[in-house]
Amino acid sequence: MMYEIRFHGRGGQGAVTAAALLCRAGFLAGKKGVQAFPLFGAERRGAPVKAFARIDDEEIVLASQIYEPDYVFVFEEWLIEYAIEGLKKDGWMIINTKKKPEDFDLDCKIATTDATGIALSNNLKVAGFPVINSSILGAFPKVCEEIKLEHITQAIKNYWPGDIGKNNAHACEQAFNATEVKE
Amino acid sequence: MLGREEIERKKIKEEGTTVIETGNHAVSLAAKFARADVVAAYPITPQTQIVEEIAKFVENGEMNAKFIRVESEHSAMAACIGASATGARAFTATSSQGLLLMHEMLFAAGGYRLPIVMANVNRSLFPPWNILVEHSDSLAQRDTGWIQFYCASNQEVFDTTIQAFKIAEEVNLPAMVNLEGFIMSHTHMPIELPMQDAVDRFLPRREHLWKLDVDNPGTFGSMSNPEYYVLMRKGIEDAMKEARTKILDVNTEFEREFGRKYEPIECYKCEDAETVIFAMGTIGKESKRAVDELRNEGVKAGVARIRLFRPFPEESIKSIAEGKKIIIFDRDCSFGKGGVLSTEIRSVLDKPASSYVVGIGGLDVPYTTIKKCVERANGQKDEWITEVHP
Repeated sequence: MMYEIRFHGRGGQGAVTAAALLCRAGFLAGKKGVQAFPLFGAERRGAPVKAFARIDDEEIVLASQIYEPDYVFVFEEWLIEYAIEGLKKDGWMIINTKKKPEDFDLDCKIATTDATGIALSNNLKVAGFPVINSSILGAFPKVCEEIKLEHITQAIKNYWPGDIGKNNAHACEQAFNATEVKE
Repeated sequence: MLGREEIERKKIKEEGTTVIETGNHAVSLAAKFARADVVAAYPITPQTQIVEEIAKFVENGEMNAKFIRVESEHSAMAACIGASATGARAFTATSSQGLLLMHEMLFAAGGYRLPIVMANVNRSLFPPWNILVEHSDSLAQRDTGWIQFYCASNQEVFDTTIQAFKIAEEVNLPAMVNLEGFIMSHTHMPIELPMQDAVDRFLPRREHLWKLDVDNPGTFGSMSNPEYYVLMRKGIEDAMKEARTKILDVNTEFEREFGRKYEPIECYKCEDAETVIFAMGTIGKESKRAVDELRNEGVKAGVARIRLFRPFPEESIKSIAEGKKIIIFDRDCSFGKGGVLSTEIRSVLDKPASSYVVGIGGLDVPYTTIKKCVERANGQKDEWITEVHP
């Protein structure tokens, strides 16, 4: 079965790298077909950005954008209205927020985690802005059985060798533990 | 019992590593594995990461090459020509406007018969500015005497670049490996890397038939009378003919060494198909999904993804197309004539075909759109699809 995942963030928050990390985690989980790509490839700090990831048992033949995702990541609450577009009926929305899933009235399954708070508490900042990609990915193993937390933390440590990787993996674990879900 | 080669291959499989990298990175790695001696390049989106990474390899000693920073793409190709003329293995990468600026020098590389390898990241052309995929940049170089490949996965980009060096050096023609802007250049996919010694075995140093040599002085490109000029130009065409066979031989050898193979045309469910899609690049790959869905609905479709554009695999196209309804997708247009690929394919067919111009300026081409086009194809020529979901 192929998982299609869409990321909604703002330039500088790490949505593009989040997609790249998730597809690496998928590969570590034994998936043969993995793919991650940004929408424009032009990085503009602060502007809304989209990124995509596909994870499958077989080689992926699709190269087009994802219009009906199984999962969407929402890096800021105001992006929910864009993220919900096309989300499958039984799809999951993973939101970076201090709120609980019950606080949202949406026609989909919801997972929440305070990725910004966790990123800041781990001093994960670039140019003063919190980078929340490693944290928010911690919510994924809670909503997708096939990808385990250790696949994601390993992917993070491979991507950033040394202390940077360790710090990010730690934030990812914290976010995993802090994730709340509503089916 | 396993033969020596099989053991060797098994060893490579076990010891080689798979990395998840972008198409751009696949190119940089291939240039490193191929041990290019000289890389002369100028940055341009979406290619820049290729030469950035190569510059890093050279700087940190991973790659024993001379990296020449030049002031334009025209100069990049001129430097590659100079390097290759001395017998060095020369490589460069470019895209879009950069490739257009090289145009004059591309003819020189082809005419001098220099086995330069270049990666081109397909990107649309100015104006208006657009940095996304289109095949118009490389197809405008159709007649320059360069071998042209079009890839659809990062593994294929890596493998084709390695193959391109061998093919180019065997037939003394430059070779261009095309990958698509962003949807390949910036897309992370798995790439199985070979062992360096296996690549060295596959791609040994080859003495150029002719080169600039201080002990044996000669020159390239002097003035020539028609009697000699015609022979030199015919030589390019003959070399292209020779390349058709060499490409197959190199592919067989590549498969023996690395366990993967790439035909000039990749066919998917074509044999029993009633309708065959022809396309290049990722549209050819995405079409597989359209074919599967069409077959579920009772439409016997197949797809032939053309990987090799020059020399044009016309005999294979003829035999694949025989008895089938043909639909051609172009991500380019020759204004006043229509899709370049459709024009070329029609030139070898003895029947009408439907064709679409799609994905211009990076307009997304989902399999659902390909499917719709197949369903409503009625022999029309070069209908433009101007929406993502028409």
